[in-house]
Amino acid sequence: MAEINMLQAINDALSIALESDENSILFGEDVGHFGGVFRATSGLQEKFGRDRCFNTPLTEQGIAGFANGLASNGMVAIAEIQFADYIFPAIDQIVNETAKFRYRSGNEFNVGGVTFRTPYGGGIAGGHYHSQSPEAYFTQTAGLKVVVPRNAYQAKGLLLASIRDPNPVIFFEPKRLYRANIGEVPDEDYEIELGKAEVVREGKDITLLAWGAQVEIVEHAADMAAKKGISCEIIDLRTLAPWDVDTLATSVKKTGRLLINHEAPLTGGFAGEIAATIQEECFLYLESPIARVCGLDTPYPLIHEKEYMPDALKTFEAIKATVNF
Amino acid sequence: MSNATSDNETVHRVSFLDRESVNIPILKVLQADGTVYDKAVLPAIDEALAHRIYDTCVFTRVLDERMLGAQRQGRISFYMTCTGEEASIIGSTASLDDGDVILAQYREHAAIRYRGFTTEQFMNQLFSNEKDLGKGRQMPIHYGSAELNYQTVSSPLATQIPQATGVGYSFKMQGKRNIAICYFGEGAASEGDFHAGLNMAAVLKSPTIFFCRNNGYAISTPTSEQFCGNGIASRGPGYGIHTIRVDGNDMLAVLAATQQARAYAVENHSPVLIEAMTYRLGAHSSSDDPSGYRSKDEEAKWQQHDPVKRFKLWMINKGWLTEKQDAEMYEKYRKEILAELKVAEKLPMSMLDTLIEDVYDTPTPRLKQQLKDLKKHLKKYPDSYPNSKGRL
Repeated sequence: MAEINMLQAINDALSIALESDENSILFGEDVGHFGGVFRATSGLQEKFGRDRCFNTPLTEQGIAGFANGLASNGMVAIAEIQFADYIFPAIDQIVNETAKFRYRSGNEFNVGGVTFRTPYGGGIAGGHYHSQSPEAYFTQTAGLKVVVPRNAYQAKGLLLASIRDPNPVIFFEPKRLYRANIGEVPDEDYEIELGKAEVVREGKDITLLAWGAQVEIVEHAADMAAKKGISCEIIDLRTLAPWDVDTLATSVKKTGRLLINHEAPLTGGFAGEIAATIQEECFLYLESPIARVCGLDTPYPLIHEKEYMPDALKTFEAIKATVNF
Repeated sequence: MSNATSDNETVHRVSFLDRESVNIPILKVLQADGTVYDKAVLPAIDEALAHRIYDTCVFTRVLDERMLGAQRQGRISFYMTCTGEEASIIGSTASLDDGDVILAQYREHAAIRYRGFTTEQFMNQLFSNEKDLGKGRQMPIHYGSAELNYQTVSSPLATQIPQATGVGYSFKMQGKRNIAICYFGEGAASEGDFHAGLNMAAVLKSPTIFFCRNNGYAISTPTSEQFCGNGIASRGPGYGIHTIRVDGNDMLAVLAATQQARAYAVENHSPVLIEAMTYRLGAHSSSDDPSGYRSKDEEAKWQQHDPVKRFKLWMINKGWLTEKQDAEMYEKYRKEILAELKVAEKLPMSMLDTLIEDVYDTPTPRLKQQLKDLKKHLKKYPDSYPNSKGRL
């Protein structure tokens, strides 16, 4: 088992996916010889040839439509959208086509072989066109799976599971952690089941829920809370659509409190959906209102990035307020 | 090299290109009286193929007439005809291998008919009943069949164009000598998907035929308000795509062009753009009244170019068809369609469980819970939900 970073884990997963299924194709802007702007696809064109790993013209709607066409005819399409901020030109293809291919045709056709990989999130001084977390736009679209890994180990296992899942998946990669997160990752082929949350840390006073890059933020907040004698249970949702209600509800029934943290703006964010569901599932167990620590309802800022972020300190304050409600 | 300048002719006075700079001839084979132009080269066609084509023409004419009538009677909610465009659609489909994948826009039901979609299957889709392959999930005319390699129609315009590029590329990767054909109107060519799809097909060398039915109108918008260039064909060379313009009301011209386009696409793993100059004789859809935006005179002029009549005259000239046989074909389909219509409209809709099927490969726990809650509600108020009453 080697210590590698998240980009290397992703590269490894892509290499295994291409090697284990000759029907699979990898493409996107700059992913060919250059290896992608973040180098996630480095060396793959050399290994698998220009027919299976290539640059496309700069057209997100084209990439998404092309992926749909490939998958509709039996191929496995792994498409990179260079930044999640640039996924919007492709939104019609993803929301109206990818997501509904199977349903609208009565299962005559499907594009389950499509996986869109895209780097998301802030903390990299990227301003509002290199930092957005657009997951909620897609969680509202039935037919898509939405997956977010939080570390190198997950990135490999969840990406392989996403590529092989018989449904289209949008795989959001926390770019802030691409090189920052280093961990032990098995060399072999393995998958982490989609649709299952992970209990990262057990605790008894409050459940903290996050995904992707925000999991380490709530871990820091939990450490701060521990010094005040508050025991936090931490859950990483991992898959946002379809999401694991049971694991979360079980935890909240135990702790009686819930805090949800995400980077995307508060209003209309996925935390709202989770809060509503947990209120329904756990009403009689809740000892305080469900807290949301999220991005502000502004475009992602540049100079005030630190202020905007739902960071550990804000989370810590919300933990205290919830526990002392 | 695409960006090289060294090979270009140089000039020393300012000189601009304009729409006339691209001279695009139009291929014509068959004249209005059913005779062939002197110098025309015929496509590969024998009597059997001619009959399969003509049979599809007659079926489509009768289907369109009857189902537009059924829509007017309130028996189905919506309908679209392809009247006037039969040569474009059938001539192109008839040039393909049955393994080639068709990605239609919505007005190409003649193509799925040519492939073998039965009258019963048409009716099941139009009435959204339990036998509809699409499980009653889309409006009438959104046909699709995996068995016939005809991808299910999607309402948003032009989305099928970059998808066709992907399908074509997949054939290349699978080592199959098949292609994708993608139909769209000149209006859809204004969407970004058109540019994305053609540009990617050219760059990635995807064996795909982009077939534009330039039928004069995008709902009510005439071509003069849709584009300023020399039609859609002029864009092909700009993308580096092999391009041809044909008389879209000329079955033999469309057949000839598409046969050669297919051969080129397969041999060179490359796309081809075909622009068929035709005319939408009918309304855009049953929700539309063309008298609000075009003149009766204009329509009458195009009636004289009726593609089905022109092809019929050619077959009669060849001794392959008689007026009597022709009349019998129309009669046969009128009876058959009416009979199938009566059966299909009485069939119930799909079971409620299909509501949550095919969202994912298997229903998620949340979907199952939602269905359970819904059923409980429907059982409590069955009279308020007559369609699913007794069908839970």
